[in-house]
Amino acid sequence: MSRLIPREEIAHPLTRRGFFVAAGAAGLAFGFARVGWAAMDPATPGGETVPMVPPQIDPNLWFSIDAEGGIAVNIVRAEMGQHVGTALARILADELEADWDKVRIVHVDTDPKWGVMVTGGSWSVWQTFPLFSRAGAAGRIALIEAGARLMGVSPTACKAIKSEIVSGGRSISYGEIARRGGAVRQFIPAELDKLPIKPPSQRRLIGQPVKALDIVTKTDGTARYGIDAKLPGMVYARPKMPPTRNGATVVSVDDSAARAIKGYLKCVVLDDPTKTVSGWVLVVAETYYAAIRATDLVKVQWTGATGADVSEKDIQDHARQLIANSDGGVDLDVGPGDTPAAFRKAASRIEQEYTTSTVLHFQLEPVNALAVEHDGVMEIHTGNQWQSLILPTLSKALNLPAEKIILRTYLLGGGFGRRLNGDYTVPAALGARALKRPVKLVLTREDDAQFDSVRSPSVQRLSMAFDGAGSVTGMEHHACAGWPTEVMVPDFLAPGKNGKFDPFAISGADHWYDVGSQRVRAISNDLANSTFRPGWLRSVGPGWTNWAVESFIDEAAHHLKVDPLAFRLKLLTAKGRNAGSAPNAVGGALRQAEVVRRAAKLAGWGQPLPKDTGLGIATSFGQERDMPTWVACAARVRVDRRTGIVTPEKLTVVTDAGTIVDPDGALAQTQGAALWGLSMALHEGTEFVSGKVRDVNLDTYMPLRIADVPDLDISFVESAEVPVGLGEPAVTVVAPAIGNAIFAAVGARLRHLPITAEAVHAALST
Amino acid sequence: MTSFTINGKAVRIAADDDTPLLWVIRDEVGLTGTKFGCGIGMCGACTVHVGGRATRSCITPVAAVEGAEITTIEGLDPAAEHPVQKAWRNLQVPQCGYCQSGQIMQAAAMLKDFPDPTDADIDAVMTGNLCRCMTYVRIRTAVRQAASDMAKGPARTVGA
Repeated sequence: MSRLIPREEIAHPLTRRGFFVAAGAAGLAFGFARVGWAAMDPATPGGETVPMVPPQIDPNLWFSIDAEGGIAVNIVRAEMGQHVGTALARILADELEADWDKVRIVHVDTDPKWGVMVTGGSWSVWQTFPLFSRAGAAGRIALIEAGARLMGVSPTACKAIKSEIVSGGRSISYGEIARRGGAVRQFIPAELDKLPIKPPSQRRLIGQPVKALDIVTKTDGTARYGIDAKLPGMVYARPKMPPTRNGATVVSVDDSAARAIKGYLKCVVLDDPTKTVSGWVLVVAETYYAAIRATDLVKVQWTGATGADVSEKDIQDHARQLIANSDGGVDLDVGPGDTPAAFRKAASRIEQEYTTSTVLHFQLEPVNALAVEHDGVMEIHTGNQWQSLILPTLSKALNLPAEKIILRTYLLGGGFGRRLNGDYTVPAALGARALKRPVKLVLTREDDAQFDSVRSPSVQRLSMAFDGAGSVTGMEHHACAGWPTEVMVPDFLAPGKNGKFDPFAISGADHWYDVGSQRVRAISNDLANSTFRPGWLRSVGPGWTNWAVESFIDEAAHHLKVDPLAFRLKLLTAKGRNAGSAPNAVGGALRQAEVVRRAAKLAGWGQPLPKDTGLGIATSFGQERDMPTWVACAARVRVDRRTGIVTPEKLTVVTDAGTIVDPDGALAQTQGAALWGLSMALHEGTEFVSGKVRDVNLDTYMPLRIADVPDLDISFVESAEVPVGLGEPAVTVVAPAIGNAIFAAVGARLRHLPITAEAVHAALST
Repeated sequence: MTSFTINGKAVRIAADDDTPLLWVIRDEVGLTGTKFGCGIGMCGACTVHVGGRATRSCITPVAAVEGAEITTIEGLDPAAEHPVQKAWRNLQVPQCGYCQSGQIMQAAAMLKDFPDPTDADIDAVMTGNLCRCMTYVRIRTAVRQAASDMAKGPARTVGA
C-alpha cells in the first residue's frame, strides 16, 4: 500500500486531493455527456443512485447532504464482497454524527479528482480511516457553525447529535441546513491536519453491529454486476485467444464455418500497441451464445506466440537454478546480519525447500467489459479493482488522453485480485472503436481461466542456524516466483539492498521472529514472467511465503525437540526491529505472540487427541510489515493413513486487526479468508502444460465446497489500535497450520501446496 | 420457437433449440439475476426452478423447457420475502453476491424435499453450488433458519 500510494498522500490525504467546498453546488460534474448513470449505489435495484433532493450541500469531496437530510458518501473502492462501502461510510458518519439511517453509499466512476483508485491489499479501511474520519469531522464542525448561525446562537453552545445541531432546547437538522442554503466552512489543509479524531469511547457507529448496505439486492436478483451491463445497440463479443499469453500476432482468420451461426456478425483482429492482448481476435455476434458458438468455429493462425514449450516443471527447475546462484535476486533490508558467519559457527543447522503450484483466481463472474465511444470519450462499464493502473494502458491502446476515458463502476462478482489487472477492458474498448458501436466482451469460464493472471508457482529455500544451547543464530530465506509487479507495474518495485524487488512476491518472509543474523532474498522468475502474466491473488506474497516460513519454524522446533508453540513464543519477543512502532504496529511481535497464545489455548493445545489426529499452529502478520494484522490459526486434522486423505476438523483463528469497524463484516471476511486458505492448502492448484494452465473449469479445478467446510472458531482481539486489513490475513496461516497438523498427527512432513492425498500417502510410505 | 412461462408470464422465444436457457433468460427475457459462472453445470450460479425443481439453466437447452413453468430469483416471491431470502438477509450471507441467486434458488427447492434438513442434507444438496467467497458457514445456518421459519410459519398450501 505504502508503495502504491505516494507517501505524502498517506500522511496528508486531504491536502493532496484538496478539500473541495462547494456550498449549494450542483454536485458532481463530469463535464461530458454520459450514456449510463454516474456511479453506483449497491443498495438500490440495478445500482442506480438515489437523486439528491436540492438544494444540497457538499462540505467536502467525500460526501453531500441533500435537503431531506440524505447523506451520500462517495466510495472510491470496489465492492467485491467485503461490504467496503458500509465500513468506510461508518467511519465518516461516526465523526459527522450522522443518522446512519440517512446514509447512502455511492461507488464512484473514475475521475482524476478521486486520486488513486485501487482496491486490494486489505488496505481500504486502514488507508481510508484517517481520511474519512477527518472528512466527517470537518463536516461536523462546518455544520455546527452553519447551524449555530441559522439558530442565532454561538457554535460553542451547539452539539451535533444524530444529524441534528442541538443547542439547549433547540435544534436544526442537517437537511434543514442544506434546505436553507447554509454556507459551510472551507478548511485549509493545516486546519484539517489538526482536526481531532474521536477517542474510541465516543464512537457511536464504529465497532457496532450494522446491516451492510449491499446485502438486500444480492438476495433478490437486482444487484447489478459488470456482466449485467447493457447499452442500446450493443453487440456481444468473445475473444478467440492465441496459444499463449505473449507474443502472438494474427496471420489469418477463417470464419467460413462461423458464418453458419445465426447472429454471427464478424471477426475483429485487435491492433493493440500495448500488447496487453497480443493476438486476440474478437468474434462478434448479436447474442452472446452466438458469439460463444462462432468462436469455437473460427480458425485463426498465429505466429510468434512464446512460451508454448514451457511447463510447470521448467518454471520450477528454473527457480531452483536461480536460487542456487547466490548472486541473483535482491536482498531485503532486514538488518546488518552476517548469515554466512552465523552458519559457519552453528552447532547445528537445517535447510528445506518448499514449493507451491500455480493457483487460479476463479472469481465466479468471468471478466467482462462493455465499451462505447461517444463524443470523444471512451466509456467502459465494468467491475475493476485498480482503475488507476489500467487507465494509462487504455490511453496508450486507444491513443486517447486518459481524462477522455471513464470506467463506470459496477459490483464485482468476486475480485480476489483478478480484477487488479484490468486487461479485459482493452479488447472491449478496441472493439468498440473498431465497430463504432457498443461492444460487450465476455470471457467464457475457460477463456477466463486460460489467461488468468495466476498466482505464480514458487520455490523457496530456507535455512536456519542454531548454537549449542538451541538458540536461533541465523536464518536465510530465498524465494523465487513470477513477479506481478515487475510485469504489470514496474514503477512500484521496492528498493532493496542491491536492486528493486516485488514486495508482493516476498512480503511475509520478512517476519517478526528474532532469528539472529537474517537474509531475505527475493528472486524474479523470468521464465514465469515470460510464460504467463503473473497476478496478485488474495493474500498475495504471504499466501505462499508464509507456507514456507511457518512450516519451517515448525520443522525447526522439532529439530530442537521443543514444543512448536513454545518455540514461536520464544522467538516473538519484540526486540530490535521487531519492537513495532506507532501508529500501525504498536506492540510489535508481542501482539503476534498474543494471538498465537490465544489460538493455542482456544484449540486445546497440548491436550491428548485421538489416534492419527493432530493439532498444528501457524501465525503471520498478515500482508505487510507496514500494516501488520496479527493472526494465528490452530488447525486440527485427521489423517487416514491408508489413503492419505486429510480431513480438517476445526480451524481456530484469532486475529488482532486493531479497531474493528464492522464486526460482522470482519467475521465474514475472516471466515472467507480462512476457507480460501484451506482451499489452497488441500483443494486448489493447477500447473502449466505447454504454456497453458491445465485446468480451466470446475470439472478438474476444484475449489472448496460446502461439504468440505470444517468447524470454524474465529475471534478478534479487542483493540483500540489503528484499524488494519482483514480481507486476506487469515488466508496466510491455514496451509502451514494444516501441514503442521498433519506432521503432528502422523509424522509426515508436506512441503508442497496443494497437499494431496497422494503426497501424504507417499510421505507416510517413506 | 419455444414457449414457456417465466415468473408467471408467458413468453415465446425464437432462439435456436439448443440455446442454453441461461442466455435466453438473461439476454432475451432480460432477467439478469440468474448468473453465468462455469457454463458446464458445476457452479450452480445459473440455478432456476423448472416445474419447481432446481435446474442448471446453463446446460438446459431452451427447447427442453417447452411448456414448462420457470421461476427465477426475481420471481421466487413477489415481495422478495421468501423465508430463504429473509434468512439470507438476516444472517448477511452474501459477500460478492454473484452466486447467491443460485444458492437461494437451490436452497428454496431443497426445503421442499427436506423441510427439516440435517447438516448432512444441506451439505449433500448445496455442495453443487460453489461460493467463491466461501460464505458456506452462513449458508448452512441460513438454510436451517429458513427451514425453521417455514416450519412455524402460516399453514402452506399442500404442494406449494
